[in-house]
Amino acid sequence: MRELRIHGRGGQGSVIASKLLAVALFREGEWVQSFPAFGVERRGAPVTAFLRLDDDPIRLRCEITEPDDLIVLDPTLIDAIDVTAGLKRGGTILINTEKAPEEYPGLLERFRVATIDASGIAIRHGLGTKTQPIVNTAIVGAFAAEFGLISLESVKAAIEDEVPAKREANYAAAVEAHGAVRSAGPREVSHV
Amino acid sequence: MKKVMIGNHAVSWGVLRSRVEVISAYPITPQTQIVEALSDMVADGSLPAQYIKVESEHSAMAACIGASIAGTRTFTATSAQGLALMHEMLHWAAGGRLPVVMADVNRAMAPGWTIWTDQNDSLSQRDTGWIQLYCETNQEVFDTTVQAFKLAEAVNLPVMLVLDAFFLSHTSEPVDVTEQEDVDRFLPRREATFKMDTSDPHAFGALVRPDAYTEMRWHQQEAMREARDVFREVEDEWEAITGRRYGAVEAYRADDADLLLVTSGTITSTARHVVDQRRAAGEKLGLVKVKMFRPFPTDELRGLLGGVNRVAVLDRNVSPGRGGIFAEEIRAALYDVPPDDRPILFGYVLGLGGRDVTPAVINDIIDNTRSKASPEREDLWVGVEL
Repeated sequence: MRELRIHGRGGQGSVIASKLLAVALFREGEWVQSFPAFGVERRGAPVTAFLRLDDDPIRLRCEITEPDDLIVLDPTLIDAIDVTAGLKRGGTILINTEKAPEEYPGLLERFRVATIDASGIAIRHGLGTKTQPIVNTAIVGAFAAEFGLISLESVKAAIEDEVPAKREANYAAAVEAHGAVRSAGPREVSHV
Repeated sequence: MKKVMIGNHAVSWGVLRSRVEVISAYPITPQTQIVEALSDMVADGSLPAQYIKVESEHSAMAACIGASIAGTRTFTATSAQGLALMHEMLHWAAGGRLPVVMADVNRAMAPGWTIWTDQNDSLSQRDTGWIQLYCETNQEVFDTTVQAFKLAEAVNLPVMLVLDAFFLSHTSEPVDVTEQEDVDRFLPRREATFKMDTSDPHAFGALVRPDAYTEMRWHQQEAMREARDVFREVEDEWEAITGRRYGAVEAYRADDADLLLVTSGTITSTARHVVDQRRAAGEKLGLVKVKMFRPFPTDELRGLLGGVNRVAVLDRNVSPGRGGIFAEEIRAALYDVPPDDRPILFGYVLGLGGRDVTPAVINDIIDNTRSKASPEREDLWVGVEL
């Protein structure tokens, strides 16, 4: 089983990102389970979502405290909260940022870092506003390239299922992000 | 059709497939998505039903009662304070022998103000005469929704299907949505024995004198007894179509176990994971899942728990002044087991107001149960920090 935790801020589309990943991974033959950290969401406040995938039906029904990998939709969260809490050594952190992975030397000591300017891509494709871009489909495209678990075809199918508006622009953002993700550091984590 | 969906939408799909004719509901977190999806289905014509908007849960249940008396298949959904507000009408539905089906998304009762899960809302309605079925997965939620109508209409009793807030209601996982023609074969249109019909008028809800009231309750109790057998038949039929069954009670790796956990709802899933891990290490540990709370599966539980050395009941609920409610019911059920076969029962109260129940919590419970000769008290509270 592999466990992922997604950190974002209310309004960025973290929960939909976890659902899109679940739908795309299920299409690839994985058993999936995705859920938000249960709370009262407010725009701009830190939000967390979780994703489990496995070959067999998943039985654990509790929050994820020791994830294999992380997705961070807002880079300011890295300084604001302990996003890497419990993250397994050698796990991958996919960050929405303009920065290169090498600009996170502290994280690279323990983890693999992948970066994508999902906000810039979302703005270019007219998703959300310039101050509040909706970055979930771009991050899913970057996830597809970095993790190698889902094809762009599955991303497209998931967007058609789960995204109510601007499906073409959302898919175009995913494709652009797929081609633009940069990564550095070892990939050591073993999944059991 | 297999689809990744939240537990709330597994209910909505079950209601759609059951061709419900009248829905009346009032929104409340964490249930709202159930009736939101249903109102979409009614609006776009995929579910040709009447959707009655009301100003409160009390009125929602009253509308369901009226629609059910008129002979239709009716549905509502609620949680916590909404269910409590319905309380009077729950008696009317059950005493009126109306097969209304309701989804209750288990949310703890306020105060303290909360939206998170525990079972005190539904268990507080224990004596209203509703059948109660607790679900563990989104697939079980879908299947139980469809089965609930069949069961309710067979015994003329209302059914409450119960799912944990968030751990099911807002969690996405794959659900195999049974095809419409298969559900139609399983669940034909409702044929009410007695109904309000202007061409054949009858009075409903009239005064019942002492010479008949006891007999009404007797029939209600007999219908509850009958519901145990009917549920088995309903599951047989559903299994023949879908290959899936759950049981009023399910024993998981219980053979030769000297310690059995008793669980309901989503704690069951995490507990299965723990049982597998400890079995792999050679421990004689098993699990009993209680799905049906009313009617209470007394005989099945006596059969499974009698003769076992220790039993740990995990209650995500509490009856203040007593203890965990499943533990109390099980203690009562085991009273008639011969003393030598009566297990030592440890009743744990945990996970209230949505507190996470992790494998570590369940492991601690198992270790504690094995390490003590007997419980220090009837209600063992887990993880209380003062």
